[in-house]
Amino acid sequence: MPYHIGARRAVMKSLLQSVRSNVREASTRNKCSWAGLGWPASQNAMERRYSMTSTSFLSARRYLGSQVDHPKRQQQTEAHEKDFLHFPGAKTTFTFSLEYIKEISEDPVPCYRLLNDHGDPIDGAELPEIEQSLGVKMYETMAILQTMDNLYYEAQRQGRISFYVTSIGEEAINVASAAALSSDDLIFPQYREQGVLLWRGFTLKDFASQCFANDEDSGKGRQMPVHYGSKKLNYITVSSTVGTQLPHAVGAAYSLKMAKEEACTVAYFGDGGTSEGDFHAAMNFASVLEVPVLFICRNNGWAISTPASDQYRSDGVVVKGQAYGIRSFRVDGNDTLAMYSCVQAARKMAIEESRPILIEALTYRIGHHTTSDDSSKYRSITEMERWKSLRDPVIRFRKWLEGNAWWDEVAERRLRATARNEVITTMVRAEILKKPPLSDLFKDVYDSVPVHLQEQEAYVRSTVTRHPKDHPSDVPL
Amino acid sequence: MWATSARRAIAGQSSVTSWLTQLRNSMIKSGEKVRSFSSGSNQLTVRDALNSALDEEMSADSRVFVIGEEVGEYQGAYKGFEVTKGLLQKFGPDRVLDTPITEAGFTGLGVGAAFYGLKPVVEFMTFNFAMQAIDHIINSAAKTYYMSGGQISVPIVFRGPNGAAAGVAAQHSQCFAAWYGSCPGLKVISPYSSEDYRGLLKAAIRDPDPVVFLENELMYGETFPVSDEVLDSNFTLPIGKAKIEREGKDVTITAFSKMVGYALKAADELAKDGISAEVINLRSIRPLDRATINASVRKTYRLVTVEEGWPQHGVGAEISASVVEESFEYLDAPIDRITGADVPMPYAANLERLALPQVEDIVRAAKRACYRQVPQSAAA
Repeated sequence: MPYHIGARRAVMKSLLQSVRSNVREASTRNKCSWAGLGWPASQNAMERRYSMTSTSFLSARRYLGSQVDHPKRQQQTEAHEKDFLHFPGAKTTFTFSLEYIKEISEDPVPCYRLLNDHGDPIDGAELPEIEQSLGVKMYETMAILQTMDNLYYEAQRQGRISFYVTSIGEEAINVASAAALSSDDLIFPQYREQGVLLWRGFTLKDFASQCFANDEDSGKGRQMPVHYGSKKLNYITVSSTVGTQLPHAVGAAYSLKMAKEEACTVAYFGDGGTSEGDFHAAMNFASVLEVPVLFICRNNGWAISTPASDQYRSDGVVVKGQAYGIRSFRVDGNDTLAMYSCVQAARKMAIEESRPILIEALTYRIGHHTTSDDSSKYRSITEMERWKSLRDPVIRFRKWLEGNAWWDEVAERRLRATARNEVITTMVRAEILKKPPLSDLFKDVYDSVPVHLQEQEAYVRSTVTRHPKDHPSDVPL
Repeated sequence: MWATSARRAIAGQSSVTSWLTQLRNSMIKSGEKVRSFSSGSNQLTVRDALNSALDEEMSADSRVFVIGEEVGEYQGAYKGFEVTKGLLQKFGPDRVLDTPITEAGFTGLGVGAAFYGLKPVVEFMTFNFAMQAIDHIINSAAKTYYMSGGQISVPIVFRGPNGAAAGVAAQHSQCFAAWYGSCPGLKVISPYSSEDYRGLLKAAIRDPDPVVFLENELMYGETFPVSDEVLDSNFTLPIGKAKIEREGKDVTITAFSKMVGYALKAADELAKDGISAEVINLRSIRPLDRATINASVRKTYRLVTVEEGWPQHGVGAEISASVVEESFEYLDAPIDRITGADVPMPYAANLERLALPQVEDIVRAAKRACYRQVPQSAAA
């Protein structure tokens, strides 16, 4: 669907339509073997120029002055057909004018949104069909997420947990994307996607056990707070290395493809993560291998203290997709409905066509990077306050729900009170539970505990027995 | 011992074969479990050992797949390795993946595939290039089972040439045994003979833990005799067990990979001087078979460790510490470490030779341990 074409594209639109009818019988996916199967020069050039699938803003800009039905251009093309040479690296026509692709398009890629800042549908926008129960569930999950984030942040400030990462401002990205996926889709998170986990059924008790690293933690107290993982919920354990999850997602997608499963993998990352080598390798690989993976970039404008302007010089992340031959979307990450609709469409494409899709969800990191950060040191408090009060995604969606008479003040007060209560109860309970036992220290290094670790454990136990006063009383053996 | 003696036997020195049989029988009589695979009548190159192991494991388990640069269309023939020869034809492009040049990419991809049900065998053209993927080897593969609380296992094998080749200089000659050997969560293997390569690669592929499989380029063309049992498709060797290649009573020499061959030659030299050296082929760097090493030192009272890699924090350092911790009272002489020189590998042939352990170095070290007349300075 060429929804990238807006009013300003009117001139190109008619041109595109006439060209499309010529190109339609050619394969939609330019999958020619470079061994020289002899694509006709002009047809190939047309297809690359007016790609049906992508925004092609770069190529549109480039050829604005040389449209295909210009008489001189036609002459040039015909003359060059005889000189056409298949390079193994690319097949194209020649030109005698020294042209370049601009470093940045004059018009940035437009951003898909369905609701305005006040939660009203935009004129002419086609909203996805959402049942009341789904809409309400999404809102409730976002509200619980906010409550949990705020309370855990405070708990860290009080010294009750060592570390926390909030997702304030990105609730819509988390929850709407999760809602559009199936529970069979395998999630490869960065570390700011606890909303996805919450949607899937990770309980407040589960979150608490991990953060307090107690005996009930399914991760057995091995990880820092917020490094959640759940095999049952198809959520791969969070790894601190930035971008590491991207090639993993591609590999797992390959596995899904081989098994012919109706599912995809979904990798989340931030604007900062796109600078990592793993991002480049994963994108390129996913495209070459043709695997069903969604790359969802939470472009929140900040990588700790590095603003996006210091992170990249391109028009955001969406334009990077074409460099790897990947279909790319740009969406308003603070618009729950747009996010939902976009991820739903992308998922369908990824699975049905076995291809990677890049989604850049534009948003703002309202909170600090983590509890180790005080972002007022590098950005203005006014800026943060403005986003919090005027551009909050949760309030925006709530207004839409209220507009449908699906939500009201009474429900709001009840939800917030219940959520706060539950978070605090689970937190307080988790805090005093006993820690994981010593017997868990040496397990899971290998599939079965090797001899040298059995010896080490025996040695530790004997030390504990001989020096009980040095051993904490709340750590079970 | 088996390999060199058996080869001489084939060349027609029947006295050696009869001695071999005698020795074997006496060992059996003494109740020890003897596995003398290398006294077989089949000849197998290391390359074919690897190729056949991969072939059989891929046939037996459809989840196993090979991924790396030049492994498919080019038959792995860049620089003549040819370990993956014929696999693409037999198993198709879904099971043998040629990749773009991104070690980080295909290693991460392999780890992700292993997270979700497949069993990748990732080939590095050399382990030097694996440094571009070392984050995935350590942070993703080695630690994930532990970090996930036992929820996500990573049944992956990383394999490729390790250590010095011939005239490939600093960035193609590093030995990584010590680095990987220090990481919990990894198993690290360094085979020597065709029997080792075949049995241990099969074991590595079947192992549910991530395994780093360190090969040696110069050994690919070496031929070893193997028994019929080795050629059986169910043949595996246990990971974590060293092999006593040659029994002895005066000094223990530990080695791995190509250095085992050097140690055996050194043992032959020493035998002429009446020193009976016991040569241990470590086979496994992690887990290290401390039991076998210590038992041997408790018998001989002297130890020389041999490795190609750099001396500081090397495998020999770990073995020394282990022996001092467990068998201190048994040592009659300080432990000698024979290692590569503490320099990046030079190119010129004479310099390269000087930077690597040679048979003479091992012989002199063993003699020093036995208090023979070879002072330290003369060994330099």
